Amino acid sequence: MANIVCECGHINPIGTHLCAKCGRPLSEEEKSKKIADMRYDGTAIRSKTYKKTFIDHIWNFFSSVKVGVSLIIITLVMAALGTFLPQVMYVSVPLGMTEADVYEEKYGLFGKLYYTLGFSDIYSSPWFQIIVGMLAISIIIASFDRGIPLYKSLKNQRVRRHESFMKRQRIYGEEAMDEVQAAEVFDKAQEKMKALKYKVRREEDVLLAEKGRFARWGPYINHIGLIIFILGVMLRLMPGFYLDKTMWIREGETAAIPGIEGYYIHNNKFIFETYGDSDEKVEASQKAADAINSKAKNYQTDVTLYSDKVDGKSLAGNTDDLEKIKDYSIQVNKPLKYDGFALYQMDFRQNELKSMKFDLVNKKEGKSLGQITVNLDDPAKKYEISKDIYIELKSYYADFSGFEEGVPQSASPIPNNPAFIFTMFTPEVPKGETSFVAIKQTLEPLGTTKYQMKFNSVETRNASNFTVRQDKTLPLLLIGGIIFMIGVTISSYFSHRRIWLQYTKDGRLLLASHVNKNWFGMKKDLDSIVSYAKLPPYIDQVDEDNKKKELDNKEDGDNT
Amino acid sequence: MNKKKRRLAIRSIILAILIAAIAYTVYVTATKDTNQLIKVGDQAPNFVLTDLDGKKHQLADYKGQGVLLNFWGTWCPPCKEEMPALNTAYDEFKNQGVQVISINIAQSDFEVRNFVDNYKLNFPMTIDKTKSVMRTYNVDQLPATFLIDQTGKIKKILTYGITEPEFIAYMESIKP
Amino acid sequence: MNLLDLSGTLLFIAFIVYLVATLFFGGAIKHTQKDVSTSNKKWGTIAIYITVLGFISNLGYFITRWIYSGHAPISNMFEFSTAFGMFIVGAFILIYFIYRVPSLGVFALPVAIIIIAFASMFPREVSPLIPALKSYWLTIHVITTVIGEAILAISAFAGLVLLLKHVNMKVRSKERFWLEGVMYTLVIVIGFVLATSIFSMAKYEAEFTYVDKEKNAATIVYTMPALFGMNDHKLLTEDRMEPLVDMPPIVNAKKLTTVAWSFIFGTLLYLLLRLILRKPLAEKLQPLVKNANSQLMDEIGYRAVLIGFPVFTLGALIFAMIWAQEAWSRFWGWDPKEVWALITWLFYAAFLHLRLSKGWEGKKSAWLAVIGFAIIMFNFVAVNLIIAGLHSYAG
Repeated sequence: MANIVCECGHINPIGTHLCAKCGRPLSEEEKSKKIADMRYDGTAIRSKTYKKTFIDHIWNFFSSVKVGVSLIIITLVMAALGTFLPQVMYVSVPLGMTEADVYEEKYGLFGKLYYTLGFSDIYSSPWFQIIVGMLAISIIIASFDRGIPLYKSLKNQRVRRHESFMKRQRIYGEEAMDEVQAAEVFDKAQEKMKALKYKVRREEDVLLAEKGRFARWGPYINHIGLIIFILGVMLRLMPGFYLDKTMWIREGETAAIPGIEGYYIHNNKFIFETYGDSDEKVEASQKAADAINSKAKNYQTDVTLYSDKVDGKSLAGNTDDLEKIKDYSIQVNKPLKYDGFALYQMDFRQNELKSMKFDLVNKKEGKSLGQITVNLDDPAKKYEISKDIYIELKSYYADFSGFEEGVPQSASPIPNNPAFIFTMFTPEVPKGETSFVAIKQTLEPLGTTKYQMKFNSVETRNASNFTVRQDKTLPLLLIGGIIFMIGVTISSYFSHRRIWLQYTKDGRLLLASHVNKNWFGMKKDLDSIVSYAKLPPYIDQVDEDNKKKELDNKEDGDNT
Repeated sequence: MNKKKRRLAIRSIILAILIAAIAYTVYVTATKDTNQLIKVGDQAPNFVLTDLDGKKHQLADYKGQGVLLNFWGTWCPPCKEEMPALNTAYDEFKNQGVQVISINIAQSDFEVRNFVDNYKLNFPMTIDKTKSVMRTYNVDQLPATFLIDQTGKIKKILTYGITEPEFIAYMESIKP
Repeated sequence: MNLLDLSGTLLFIAFIVYLVATLFFGGAIKHTQKDVSTSNKKWGTIAIYITVLGFISNLGYFITRWIYSGHAPISNMFEFSTAFGMFIVGAFILIYFIYRVPSLGVFALPVAIIIIAFASMFPREVSPLIPALKSYWLTIHVITTVIGEAILAISAFAGLVLLLKHVNMKVRSKERFWLEGVMYTLVIVIGFVLATSIFSMAKYEAEFTYVDKEKNAATIVYTMPALFGMNDHKLLTEDRMEPLVDMPPIVNAKKLTTVAWSFIFGTLLYLLLRLILRKPLAEKLQPLVKNANSQLMDEIGYRAVLIGFPVFTLGALIFAMIWAQEAWSRFWGWDPKEVWALITWLFYAAFLHLRLSKGWEGKKSAWLAVIGFAIIMFNFVAVNLIIAGLHSYAG
């Protein structure tokens, strides 16, 4: 592999644009340019220096910024495609229907096509993940290939540069002066540069002032942040890092928190408030006031958190002596956080049945012998009104769904539609008579009865739905985010400024300057140094080009 | 030359690691088996529950015996169907070192007692009022039957209604 | 006068002051005489001070409304749009004090004015916050995002100045077409403001019953003559126009009608302007920018992205994720608004890479800045009003 030997004798790796030592242009491409290409300070981008094996080809592919930008654009387009219709996770699929049906029914042919093409779940599709993954590889490799040579080059940069390097900087000026004058100019310039917080290196007849080199590391720092973030996102797929569970809990219940060992939650009360509940002033029209009054103000569950841990050890089912940890009101935006997990108020169900009151009534006279209350959570075997008036509960079906071969069935353990088989003992019928009681129906399977259990009233309660979340990747994501922000701040708000001075043997003082961004700020610095130290007046070679063009178009250039 | 070889090696390794990471991500997302906390071969988590007679059953106490855990509810038809079979199998194996613990999911004492009386069940019947054991065992489908061997390892997890010959075969397999 | 009225008055004052300031900025760049620089500077200085006055009044609106409602006024379409307009002016003032270029004001201020006018077409009542919005993160996340977007918008204005200067409007080309397209789009927004104001002044209201996509019966009140009818609609109000075209249930025909009227009014206005000016609008604006320094405009465009990008990242992604984790239990949920924030971010990331590594400067970079602004506006208008998602309560 041939290296390039510069006229000054320095050996540069192949692909170098500007000699690392003196700054002479080396590549043909570079020589043809009027102004030096200072990106990466003219170093050879590593991947471009070697082209041999298959691995190198892959490496070069990912190292290319063109490929990186293409990947960004592909990600962007795929992300946009996913927003045309709601994603599957936001679509509720009724029982007996498939996701495809829902899309077709709601959005017609377009919906069907959208679903078939996989756009309805695009973000978890392999394609999307592969593209983002390739983007991550591109970020890593491109940073390697550019960051390392740039670091070396800036670390080893010489104060003395070849005149051709100076002349080919965007900002350049020269003036003839004698040696004594030049020395004075150097001194004053150095003084001013130091006042402006430049680091100045001076060697006899050359000088390099530099400020904010760290700004060049900004892009690499933010890339590191991004990679840490993406790593965090990938880590959540590993077992144990990420927990996503949901639980329903009724008022008065205590339940284990799913996925979180050793912790229990007790629902004391669920509160739903609208703005109409309070007497906050509403001054607009009545119509507006009504709309506001019915607007939700608060969803809240008052809970108590318990732990069953004894000496740090937990035993499932051991609920005899739960230790209270704390009371908390879980609201939207105010999750209960403890020991790395969090509970979020997500949903609620109001007015679930809690208990039912029945009157024992003589059918003919309509007279009540007394009242019983059946706690649907914990029904009793026997309800006594007096010594010879009592009711025995034979069977209880929480969610009565009909008969199967004559046997009543319950569809779920939730008391949505409670049904009972009671046997009523009264002085009139001391051997008892049996009746099947459900909401809106009463059956007397063992013959007509004299008495009946007449429904009186219900007591209800609410249920809350929580999302249980444990995400151990959050610290990593946060660190990634912070590093990214540091990097992006450095690269955006700071610039790397350099000024070169040189007094040539034939008695000219050369001034050149480069900044990676914010030329406006650079010129401000320069102006103050130039006027203080009487440096040669400089020109912006790019701007001059424009001015020439403008003159060609016969327009006045007055720099508004 | 040596330098070139080293560079090639480093590049190959970095690329391999990165591509493997992507492949893993895609694979895990596609199969979605991320949160399977309890699986066959694991040590069965210890628990304690009280049965209808007031007796405490702690799994650790049965070390050295096979244990069959059966999670169920009265509203679940296959759970009800397998109960008589389980009862028969229990009677056969209770003196051969295989214990059965049946765990009802948070229903009322009345319903469970009624059910046990109707089906004349002999094995210990517990109620997991707080769903703590159910959640520890990551049960989301009923019936669920866990077979635990004498060392306390989970041998099998079954999530369908089981017949009598099957029960007998499975209990045979965890006999100490 | 209560605080709310005061707040409204302050906003109105700001609106008028911005209009005046625009004229002064026009004055600052219009001179063609020889010794313009001092006169220019004077006009520019007057213009910027007027702008600052307007901005103070605008801030006054923001603060008084905040005090009155008890929460930062960024919780619905009116408040959010107004804040966006206000921060565009703020970002412009910031950039002006760095670079002192009046020609930027000729674009930044009118766009801010149009956005504030657009905002006032939405209901302006103060409404209390729903539980999901009750968090100090609302203030932090939204304000940071809006400031970031406003600064990014400045790069589009710098880009427009550059494009107007360099696109030859006398020769038919793609660039000419698209540049005039940008002008046309701005006129359409004015068309929306016109249509809404005219019909609301005429107190047009027509009530319909219809069947929604969940197959429930519902009623809807049109405030513009119905061009498109909701699914299975029936007109209840007498003497009102029957819809011309019926729409399937997934289309919100009322919104479609509003869009259609905006286009009708906007296009008529555009044609009228073309008729009066006898030139494409972009060509008519060209003399305004002929003295602008392209190199400086290019740098301003780039610098605005540099300043705005970190602020946008912080507000629209990082703060957004922290809040989402707090409110919805996950920091990212692929909600359309989130996705479009990500798209905006990716777009500007591509912008920066193209500029840094591929040397996309001048016109190319200017076009990218204009497209970036279009994406921001799409996220802000279309995603709020058209695409349903968790964020759509912001409408």
